Amino acid sequence: MATTTQTRALSAGKPSLRERLDLGNGLFPYFLVAPTIIIIALVAVYPIIDSIRLSLLDNPLVPAGATFVGLRNYLQVIGDPAFRNSIGITISFSVISVALETLVGFGVALLMNQVFPGRGLVRTAILIPFAFPTIVSGMIWLLMFNAQNGVLTYLMQAVHILAPGDTLLRTPNGIVAAAIIIDVWKTTPFMALLLLAGLQVIPNELYEAAGVDGSNRWQQFWTITLPMLRNALLIALMFRLLDALRAFDLFYVLTGGGREVQSLAQYSYANMFQATNLDFAPGVAAAVILFIICAVVGIVIVSTTRLSQN
Amino acid sequence: MAVREQVAPSAQIRAAITPKRRLNWGVIGRYIAVIVVLFIALAPFYWTAITSVKIDSEINTSPPTLFPQSFTTNNYSQAFLSVQPAFAKDLLNSTIVAILTTILALIFGSICAYAIARTKFMGKSAILAIILSVQMFPLIALVGPLFVFFTGTINVYDTYVALIIPYLVIALPVTVYFLTSFFRDLPPDLEEAALVDGTTRLGALWRIVLPLTAPGVFTTAILSFITVWNDFLFGLTMTSDSNAQTVTVAIPLFNGEHQIAFGEVSAAAIIVTIPLVIMVLFLQRRIVSGLTAGAVKG
Repeated sequence: MATTTQTRALSAGKPSLRERLDLGNGLFPYFLVAPTIIIIALVAVYPIIDSIRLSLLDNPLVPAGATFVGLRNYLQVIGDPAFRNSIGITISFSVISVALETLVGFGVALLMNQVFPGRGLVRTAILIPFAFPTIVSGMIWLLMFNAQNGVLTYLMQAVHILAPGDTLLRTPNGIVAAAIIIDVWKTTPFMALLLLAGLQVIPNELYEAAGVDGSNRWQQFWTITLPMLRNALLIALMFRLLDALRAFDLFYVLTGGGREVQSLAQYSYANMFQATNLDFAPGVAAAVILFIICAVVGIVIVSTTRLSQN
Repeated sequence: MAVREQVAPSAQIRAAITPKRRLNWGVIGRYIAVIVVLFIALAPFYWTAITSVKIDSEINTSPPTLFPQSFTTNNYSQAFLSVQPAFAKDLLNSTIVAILTTILALIFGSICAYAIARTKFMGKSAILAIILSVQMFPLIALVGPLFVFFTGTINVYDTYVALIIPYLVIALPVTVYFLTSFFRDLPPDLEEAALVDGTTRLGALWRIVLPLTAPGVFTTAILSFITVWNDFLFGLTMTSDSNAQTVTVAIPLFNGEHQIAFGEVSAAAIIVTIPLVIMVLFLQRRIVSGLTAGAVKG
């Protein structure tokens, strides 16, 4: 194993190695975490820093001749209507889908917190969408939404939500709506399971005391359940929000890799791989902007969680 | 998972006073909710499954048939024999890459998780925070530099290596998170006895902790496998043909310029997800307890 070798190499000549291995203190834990940390530093942290460097060059794909252009790529991206459009799509997709997932997930969690026959069945069933690759979820819903023979298109036409021959995927807003529906279907289970775990650690005594005091179920929900769930809710929100902000697969499959409706990640991808070599660096710049947005959102939520704990 | 009824005494008393009305409405409402949840969760899967065995003319009938009138395995054989995309080869690529990544992630992740679960050291929570935050990175920000590196500096573009390297970054956080949770649940007594007998820490991990947490380790392996298997972005950007292309990249390629091969795509979707669904159903209890451990403990 890699660690054993590293341990030997790094602490060669120290007689107490054997002892420290046994005791499991001192430097030893660092040798154990080192391989993971090194991989993450090299393959995740370093590329992020390198992204910033690449985003300041004119053409990083030409190894020798790339020149430093400062913030030109950022200015070009920010001036691009397609980029601003993709920001709008990404934010509305993220906010709406995470809000719906939270509401529906809360409902499902409250349902699963009751004891009833078939409770296990519900948990099993909701794990199925969760296991699907996003690209496959997108594809099977695309088939149901398609104009030619999609079952959902047929149903929506039957109840006159859509005109005959129309499809939800015809307009950009329709595609975003479809993406939201699929995302809610796929990731509500995650929300529900995290919230259920939060619900199950709320001590029953709190409800009993509140019952003695004469408060009703609705008051108990606002004064006990919600405050006690705060941290589980914030963690679930952070995971989902950061995942929604980087959405790529869904939009790719719904548009067939086209550029008419793009999330921010897809805008970045399209610049890097579906345009000219000179668009590569602006694509990287867009990815850096996405990273900054995600970092800010993550830091805000984490510090909110910390504040509530103190 | 602890099961308890979340009904306050006052509600119970009220329910006891007027048993019939409260009970009926509550039960009916709950079962309607259960049916709605089950239906929404499973209907798309059902629809894909029946589309995959329908013949083309039935797929295109209007109104759509809820129960297949025809049955064919043709879509499955066509998906497997497909050349563009090379579905069978891509399936093999995904399997190999996901297994190799999972093995590596388990080796590195288990020793890392063991240190986090069992020893105290400065900066432990910071290290755990870094590892977990990587899980939430917008991965598109890694694509540019890795692409430049893999096509230039080291020429591994369109090989398994170009996939396994970024996949380690998405598999390691999952592995470390779940293994730490499973290791913590194991009482340390047995290891301590072994350590007193002169076993090393790594010896104790290998001979005592891993065998005793084997179901948890297996669950972690499956989750790592699923995480890698479900990736699309790296598969799309780090490969160019069936040499290393993964199966998620193959799925959208079934759609031609002007038409969708409905039966074939459905068959391919079922082939890609059936193993995952079976694994998840089999391990659901452990997945749920591992997944939610962090949210509850803070």
